[in-house]
Amino acid sequence: MKIVSASDSSLLAVLGDAMSLDNSERVMSLFFALQRLNDPRIRNLHPSYASILIDFDPLRLSHEDAASLVENLAGEGPPQYERAVNVVTIPVCYDLEFGPDLQEVANQARISTREVIRLHSSPTYRVHFLGFTPGFAYLGGLPEALHAPRLATPRKHVPAGTVAIAGSQAGVYPVDSPGGWRLIGRTPVRIFDPNATRPTRLEPGDLVKFSAIDRATFDVAVQR
Amino acid sequence: MSIRVQDPGLLTTVQDLGRYGYSHLGISSGGAADRLAMRIANLLVGNAENAATLEMTLAGARLEFDEKSVVALTGGECDCRIGGETAPMWQAVRVPPRGVLACGRMKTGARLYLAIRGGLEVRPIMASSSTNMAGHFGGLEGRGLRKGDLLGVGRGPNSRLPALKLGAVDGLYSPGPIRVTRGAQHDWFGPEAFDKLFSCLYTVSEQSNRSGLRLKGESISPRIRSQLLTEGVSLGAIQVPQDEQPIILFVDQQTTGGYPKIANVISADMHRVGQLRPREQVRFIEVAIPEAIRLLREQEEWLKQIFQR
Repeated sequence: MKIVSASDSSLLAVLGDAMSLDNSERVMSLFFALQRLNDPRIRNLHPSYASILIDFDPLRLSHEDAASLVENLAGEGPPQYERAVNVVTIPVCYDLEFGPDLQEVANQARISTREVIRLHSSPTYRVHFLGFTPGFAYLGGLPEALHAPRLATPRKHVPAGTVAIAGSQAGVYPVDSPGGWRLIGRTPVRIFDPNATRPTRLEPGDLVKFSAIDRATFDVAVQR
Repeated sequence: MSIRVQDPGLLTTVQDLGRYGYSHLGISSGGAADRLAMRIANLLVGNAENAATLEMTLAGARLEFDEKSVVALTGGECDCRIGGETAPMWQAVRVPPRGVLACGRMKTGARLYLAIRGGLEVRPIMASSSTNMAGHFGGLEGRGLRKGDLLGVGRGPNSRLPALKLGAVDGLYSPGPIRVTRGAQHDWFGPEAFDKLFSCLYTVSEQSNRSGLRLKGESISPRIRSQLLTEGVSLGAIQVPQDEQPIILFVDQQTTGGYPKIANVISADMHRVGQLRPREQVRFIEVAIPEAIRLLREQEEWLKQIFQR
C-alpha cells in the first residue's frame, strides 16, 4: 500500500494500479474497517477500483496520524469483510424502447439481442464503487462478449432506472442525468431514493444480479 | 413566517455547510461555495453557523418577507435594497412586514449569501439542507429557486445581534494568487508543467459552475501519458484532462474522477474559489501542507475575533 497526500485535508491510500477482483477486495476490506471506526474526524471516504480517498478535518487529525491509522487497519491480516455481503437482484425490462442501443450492442458482438440479454443477466456482478452521480454503482463482471466502448457523444438525458454497459462494466442510471454508456434496458426499481434510510439501492461491495422481466411486469411494477 | 420568491435571479439555491459521510454513495458534500461568507451571515443574525441560507449567483433574487425579519447579506459586493433603501452588507438588517429585498447584479465576486434569523426551514436530507442538483434532492426540491416559490423560516432566538468590527472582512477576498498544495498525481507532471501553473494567468471559463471551474490558459502537459484508473477526488483538486486545460473540482463535484491532479487548492482559500467570476483571471502559488493547515487554523481563529464584544 502507498499513501499519498491528495490535499491539505485528504489522503489517497493506493492498494493497486488496476481494475481487479483482488484489488477490489483489498479496497473493500479497508473501506469497511474505516467505516467501522466511525471516527468523527474522518468526513468522507471515496473508495474506487484500487484506492480510497480519505477526507478528514485537518485541524483535528494530522496527516501523519491519519496515515498511521490507515496503515494499521490495512495491516490487519488478509482481506476479509466482516459485513455480510448484500446480494441484490435488479429486474430489467430489455424492451427496445428502454434500450435504444441493444440492437447495436448485438450487432457489434455478432450475436442476437436475446443472447445479449442472456449474457447480461447471467453473471453475478460486484459493486466496485459509486461515483458519477448519487447512487451510480460501477459493476464489474460484464461478460467479455459485451465489452464495447462508450458512445463517442454522450446523451444529454438518460432517464433514471436505465440499465447500461460500457467497457468492461455495467451500471444502472440512478437519477435523470447525461450519460455516455450504451443503454440496453430499464428497471422499475428505484435505484436512488434520498428519503430512504439506505438512499442507494447498491452500496460498495454488494453483489448484483439482473433478472429479465417482460414489459407487462415492468408496467405493473412502475405503477406500484 | 415565510419568504416568497418574486424573482429567483440567475441561480439561487438553499445551502448549509454541506452533507458529509455519503461520498462512498456518489454523493458529494456540496454546501455553500463560500463557506466563510455563509457562516458570517448566519452569525450576524444569531443563527448557528450551519443554518440553511440562500446562495445567489452573479445576479441576485427579489424576495418578499411576509413578517418582520432580520437578515444579513454577505459575500461578493452587490447592491441590495429593501423597499428602495440600500441594505448594507455584512451586518444584520431589519425587513418590515411585507418588505421586499431586491438584490442586484454582483459588482465583485460571484456569490451572495442571505441568512435570516431562524434559518430557512427545509427538511434536511442526509443531515443537510443543501441542494444537490445532480441528485435532484435537498434544499427546495433539489433545484434552484423559481418565481412563486415559498420558503419557510424557523423561529429565531431573540438574542442580541453581534456586529463585525470595523474593517473586519476587508482582507477576506485578497486579490493575491490562489494557494495550492501538490496534487495526488503531482509526479505525473514535470518542472515545465509546474512552471506554467505557477507563472501563467488562467481565465475562468463561462462553463464553470458549482461542480467545477474550467480554466483557460497555457496548456499543462503531463510527462506521464497514461490513463489514470478512476479514483476518489478531493475538494479543490486541479485536474488536467486530455485538452490540458486545468479544472478546479468544486463543491458539487463528482466523487470520483479519471484525470490526473497536479495540485489542490488549500482549504483556507476555498471561499475565494467560490467568488471567482467567469472571465476573471487567477494565478496559483504553491504552499506546503503544514503551511496550508496553519493558514486554515489562523482563519478559524480570525473568525472568532471579527465580532465586536
